[in-house]
Amino acid sequence: MASGLVQLKTTDAGERVVILSGDWTLAALRSSLRKSFKALKAVAGDPMLKWDLRQINAMDSTGALLIWRAWGGDRRGSSLLKADHAAILERVAAVPPVEVARWRSDLLAPIVFLGRSESRFFENVLAIVTLVGMLVLDAIYLLTHPRQVPWREISATIYKAGALALPVTALVGFLIGVVISYLTADTLKAYGAGIYIVNLLGISIIRELGPLLVAILVAGRSGSAMTAQIGVMRVTEEIDAMITMGISPIPRLVLPKVIGMAVAMPLVSIWAIAAALLGGALAAKAQLGISVIYFLGSLPKAVALDNIWIAGVKTLSFGMAIALISCHFGLRTKPNTESVSNSITTSVVAAITVVILLDAVFAIMFRNVGFD
Amino acid sequence: MSEPVIDVKGLRTERGGQTIHRNLDMRVDAGEIIGLVGGSGSGKTTLLRVVIGLDAPAGGAVRLFGIDPLNAERRERLSVRRRFGTLFQAGALFSALSVFDNVALPLRELRGLDKRLIRDLVMLKLHLVEIEPRHAGKMPAELSGGMVKRVALARALALDPELLVLDEPTAGLDPDRSRSFVKLVQSLSRERGLTVFMVTHDVDTLSILATRVAVLAEGRIVADGPLDKIKQDKHPFIASFFGTTQPLPKPT
Repeated sequence: MASGLVQLKTTDAGERVVILSGDWTLAALRSSLRKSFKALKAVAGDPMLKWDLRQINAMDSTGALLIWRAWGGDRRGSSLLKADHAAILERVAAVPPVEVARWRSDLLAPIVFLGRSESRFFENVLAIVTLVGMLVLDAIYLLTHPRQVPWREISATIYKAGALALPVTALVGFLIGVVISYLTADTLKAYGAGIYIVNLLGISIIRELGPLLVAILVAGRSGSAMTAQIGVMRVTEEIDAMITMGISPIPRLVLPKVIGMAVAMPLVSIWAIAAALLGGALAAKAQLGISVIYFLGSLPKAVALDNIWIAGVKTLSFGMAIALISCHFGLRTKPNTESVSNSITTSVVAAITVVILLDAVFAIMFRNVGFD
Repeated sequence: MSEPVIDVKGLRTERGGQTIHRNLDMRVDAGEIIGLVGGSGSGKTTLLRVVIGLDAPAGGAVRLFGIDPLNAERRERLSVRRRFGTLFQAGALFSALSVFDNVALPLRELRGLDKRLIRDLVMLKLHLVEIEPRHAGKMPAELSGGMVKRVALARALALDPELLVLDEPTAGLDPDRSRSFVKLVQSLSRERGLTVFMVTHDVDTLSILATRVAVLAEGRIVADGPLDKIKQDKHPFIASFFGTTQPLPKPT
């Protein structure tokens, strides 16, 4: 395949003619694009030249575009060419010239951005409050119509967000227990207070680390899955289909997730707390020589029972918050795939932020409870 | 033309334990516009995917421009992929890219084309499919179904392919757009010898556009030839497919 050739010849009649030959196609010109265009430009400057395009073997829109550009967007009336190639050139000529909008810098852009994000934040808060209201109404309705409670969906949520999360939460909990025990053992030993590792681990893990850890794991694991599920249902118009069938999506999709998470989260976090304490106890045995039996035996004395209740209340509200936020961003997804990935990102970030905010609120509320 | 553009011999494909095609032979020569018809679930799209090298056949040989699109050497495979353009049933536009960038992507992937040339080529392709320049900056999510299809066609044409593979090209287009689509493909085929392999249900498009129709049923090509001849066939599927619909007269 010979790529496009440009030749300048003088005919017997003394006329100077530009002869184009070879293949004027993208495939053939790809490597010699600039060279061919330069060669064209060099001869196109002279308006008196005749053009002979009949020897062109194959032409496609790239080739035609190059020739057209070399001509400066103006037909050379006296040019000779094949009918098919004329049609291709004709099509190139038919494209209206476009003015490409210049990108202009906008000095106010940061302020506009700030305002937009703020109003979006309030929009989200408002929408979540509305969602909570609808859920409460649905819950009251279901209390009076217990036959319509979506048990199957609730149990599916408990299984997916709870049972399936057990291995990973146990592993992470165990490792965190080991790490904290290991890091504090030396300091405690230096003060001769090695025995207090039980208090330290007991309070910090049960009250704070266990619930928070599980909440962050579940927000990343199940929260993203919920947003993705509802978001994809929006993209594929499944939610619209549900509505037309008279199934309202909030009690069927959102409510079971919120209830399921409220049930599953405390259970998962008790499990993770147990794993973390076990890890801590094993590390304490290795570092400080405190036996596991002694560790477990002195736990009830070191940690007031109230701490367990606090952990339960915290994880329950974390679970509901994660489910609510994930479903909210799922429902807000616009019906296109790009929007799904944005929703999931925002949803996970928002869920984790809200969990930590709630944690702070609980820390202030219960600051006098559980320490004796 | 010595070498067929598409050459399928003894093809057998399976999906989920079920055999879809059995000993299927098909040949498409350069410059032909071939329409593949068949009932739903007869494996039209699967055949199309095997031909362009997206799915592996369970048996038999597939040659695209004389090259096995799946098992050839990397360079050859790549060069084959640049010689055909595919229009997927749902458009398959990249949702993260604007209309302009969707069409520009295959051109940019070639490397070495300058920005202005790419811009002009993209505008040319969009003009071909009757997308106005003001839509070039839009995202695929903002387009109607018919526009998605036309942008996808522009993208399939971006590299000026020798073979155009179309899956239900006119589904979702209004009759007017269908007609201009038919015209566009006709003129491209006339000017550049474009080969077209299309799967379609649209009898109008078939009757105007297709130089040859292949009927897929029972896992093989049961009839193959010009539409007028196909219609005489007594095969039960063909009888029911063409029996109820009267094709429109060809426009003059």
